[in-house]
Amino acid sequence: MEMIPRFFKRFGTLLRRNRFNSELDEEMAFHREQKEKELREFGVAPEAAHRAAVREFGNTTRLKEQSYEVVGFRFETVWQDLHFAIRQLRRSPGFTLTAIVMLALGIGASVAIFAFVDTALIKPLPYKDPTTLADVAESGKAFRRSNLSYQDFADWKKMNKVFSALEAYTGTGSLIDTPSGVEPVPGARVTAGFFRVLGVTPALGRDFYDGEDKPGAADTVMITYQSWQSRFGGRPDVVGQTVKLDGTPNTIIAVLPATFQFAPRGNAEFWKTMHELNNCEKRRSCHNLFAVGRLKDGVTVAMARTEMLSIAKLLENQYPDSNRGQGATVQPLYEQIVGNIRPILLVLLGGAALLLAIACVNVSSLLLVRSESRRREIAVRGALGASPSRLTRQFITEALVLVLSGGLLGLSFAYCGMHVLLKLISKDAMAYVPYLAGVNLNARVLTFTGGICMLAAVLFAMTPVLRLSLTALRDGLNDGGRGAAGVLWRRIGANLVVVELAIAVVLLVGAGLLGKSFYKMLHVDFGFQPDHLATAQVVLPETSYAKGPQAVAVTRRILGDVAALPGVKSASFANQLPVSGNGNTDWIRIVGKPYNGEHNEVNGREVSADYFKTLQAKLIAGRFFAEDEDASKPLVIVINKVFAKQYFPGEDPVGRKIGDTSLTPTSLREIVGVVDDVKEGGLDEAVWPAEYRPLNQNNDSYLGLVVRTTQDEKLVLPALGTAIHKIDPGIGVVGEATMIGRINESQTAYLHRSAAWLVGGFAVLALLLGVVGLYGVVAYSVSQRTREIGVRMALGAQQSSVYRMILKEAGWLTGIGIGAGLICAVAVAALMRGLLFGIRSWDVPTLGLVAVVLGAASLLASYFPARRAASVNPVEALRAE
Amino acid sequence: MVKKSDLMPGTLDMMILKTLTRGPLHGYGIASSIKRASDEVLTVEEGSLYPALQRLLLQNWVKAEWKATETNRRARFYTLTVAGRKQLGVERSQFELMITAIGRVMQDA
Repeated sequence: MEMIPRFFKRFGTLLRRNRFNSELDEEMAFHREQKEKELREFGVAPEAAHRAAVREFGNTTRLKEQSYEVVGFRFETVWQDLHFAIRQLRRSPGFTLTAIVMLALGIGASVAIFAFVDTALIKPLPYKDPTTLADVAESGKAFRRSNLSYQDFADWKKMNKVFSALEAYTGTGSLIDTPSGVEPVPGARVTAGFFRVLGVTPALGRDFYDGEDKPGAADTVMITYQSWQSRFGGRPDVVGQTVKLDGTPNTIIAVLPATFQFAPRGNAEFWKTMHELNNCEKRRSCHNLFAVGRLKDGVTVAMARTEMLSIAKLLENQYPDSNRGQGATVQPLYEQIVGNIRPILLVLLGGAALLLAIACVNVSSLLLVRSESRRREIAVRGALGASPSRLTRQFITEALVLVLSGGLLGLSFAYCGMHVLLKLISKDAMAYVPYLAGVNLNARVLTFTGGICMLAAVLFAMTPVLRLSLTALRDGLNDGGRGAAGVLWRRIGANLVVVELAIAVVLLVGAGLLGKSFYKMLHVDFGFQPDHLATAQVVLPETSYAKGPQAVAVTRRILGDVAALPGVKSASFANQLPVSGNGNTDWIRIVGKPYNGEHNEVNGREVSADYFKTLQAKLIAGRFFAEDEDASKPLVIVINKVFAKQYFPGEDPVGRKIGDTSLTPTSLREIVGVVDDVKEGGLDEAVWPAEYRPLNQNNDSYLGLVVRTTQDEKLVLPALGTAIHKIDPGIGVVGEATMIGRINESQTAYLHRSAAWLVGGFAVLALLLGVVGLYGVVAYSVSQRTREIGVRMALGAQQSSVYRMILKEAGWLTGIGIGAGLICAVAVAALMRGLLFGIRSWDVPTLGLVAVVLGAASLLASYFPARRAASVNPVEALRAE
Repeated sequence: MVKKSDLMPGTLDMMILKTLTRGPLHGYGIASSIKRASDEVLTVEEGSLYPALQRLLLQNWVKAEWKATETNRRARFYTLTVAGRKQLGVERSQFELMITAIGRVMQDA
């Protein structure tokens, strides 16, 4: 196949025709001069010599053309080919349209997904030298990566020799006054050098100066560009103004650039320093930070990890009480930011690639069918003097026209697809994947598109060329385009359709598994009734409700008023809503059990007395809290089943006491009840041991409101804020949502739903394309065998045996395709095991269902051609020749 | 004087390749070299020479390079490639086969 590279060489000449011509001109001029010189040396007069040389040389233009014809192709012939190709394609609009749309679907899907892969995984993070930034955190028994304690952070920063800078951040929220009342706004607290370590400089104003995170520094804040636009009208004089956060005036010192994004705290609008340590940050045993480090030159992540682990070890020896078992994790920052989305994006890219493969195989087999029916045309053209290369060029031109049209249409599909997908991402979800907003058709994406188009073009150009291996040209004239060649085609075409069906199986199984895991995920055992629950976040301004009794009074009033709303059965508070994530943990020690200093980590939650009743979580043993159990009463807790099983195996936990790691008398509390395992963590997380404490004994100003309704819970949502603001307009109410809505929109559900839907979409297209492909193969084979069938029927074959013959052929192809597909599917599913939930990669029902669906669809696809075959009129079939 | 059109097909390519075995030459050099070697019997017309050279270039049997001549004029010099040398061998044996065959036919006649 030297034809192809030579084709491109010629193509190159075409593009450089001017240069080709001028070089040839120069070469010929040189030749004439030499000749002239030679003649003059023979004694011919200069004038005559010149004329002779020119005359002898002949018509230079004609000469040039002759040379050019050898090398390039004249533009006219390219134009002819193009013209002819378009005419050919227009003559069979069905084929052309099908081929272009199939290609466009495949290319569009791949390009759209690649654009997301590019923006998330390939494009560097928008920081200075992002590859030398590391995510630094602690690690505990339960978490591979856990929050960092401020005290530990301070020591790590001092002691390490691997980071040129190490800066910490944590999330926070503040109540701010807006024209429509107070509003809780997410923010972040950082150490002073945070933006410098990222290499981000404010768009307006100044960065935090060193030491601005030390006690006594003034209250200053940086705002995001988006916040500047929406809350401060983009006024240029915003720097220097003050904004009240939680009632405290803060000076705005800077506006961050519009392009600034930091996914771990994606929704933060206000960035402050940690100049006032909160209660948690004063204790070494309390963990609430993460850190970003800038690796020194030549330091790898692995080296940094080793160093941080040894520092953690030192601290563990120094502070055994708080630091036992606390290790360190260091990973590239991009790993932390895009790590969770990578497997899903790669699965999607794989799905899109398979779809593209099916589309290409389908178009190739269509081309094959066409080349078959054009054997005669080709043979005639060959006989009339078209050179083999010219004929090949015709196919290449046709392939290029197809691919170019398919590619352009595909690009527009991709463009629309990207924007639709972006629109589908909710604003809340977007805060955690801000880098996806940068998705566009950039140079890399266009290069990718060009690359796959090129591959497709080569494939499509090769298909008919291979098929019509040029020696076979002459045969085309004499036989009717049937016989041995038909058999050969059936063999190639059949292989192609087997490949298609196998790919369709892989995609269908993938979609089935993802869909089923998603369904299982949404229907995990929540340990409570998630329907008919309305929720909201309530933020009590600490200025008014810092003291226990005030807080207890206001929460009681809120719950009383909300419960009195029409359609509401009961209302309750928890400091963290269910299904929002494990964490916020407590280290416990059980009175009367041996203790060796290990950290028994359990989820800790503060809940109001009616909480479990509102959730409709089952009481397993003992009792729930009483409303009057406040700070004046002995401390009590309710634990979940996992807690009971893990720490009191075979015992009755009710009546036992637990305390902090040193059993401080004030920390001791009595277990009064065991509740069913309420899902606190994400949908795909295991249930952890949990202890629930009465809210009235442990105040919190950030509360989740949970309301059990008798009517549609959505109708209650708007009333919640109104009812609470009637009590105190200074209380923040935000994020009103139904529990079902929260579960469906949770990040885990979100990622899995997107994956399931997209792969599902690809699978449906693949099914369609695969079945169309099979139909094409069977229908073509029937049309090729019309005469044979006619002969068979003339010799007495029954219609039923003709059906059988055709369906048997289709059945074989389908069977092999599905069988091979199932094997590949199990292998592929094993690769994406990480995305599956509650389901094995060889889930038999899914595999079976896919086989049945595809089998039925294939049967249908081959039934129609089979019917046509069976209704062949033998007399007509024989006469048709 | 024998013109190209009277030559057996393919012999011009073979002669160009042969001429280039003695080293790089420009188009004029090739033409005059063939003329000289054939004792002025074979005149290569420019009309066939340059298309033939382009054909050889396309097949990668020769390489072209712009260089200065002894008189310091810019000219395109053609050099035989390894593939070209191989091709010359093929053509030469085919040619000899042909000549012998023709010779036998002519003798018997």
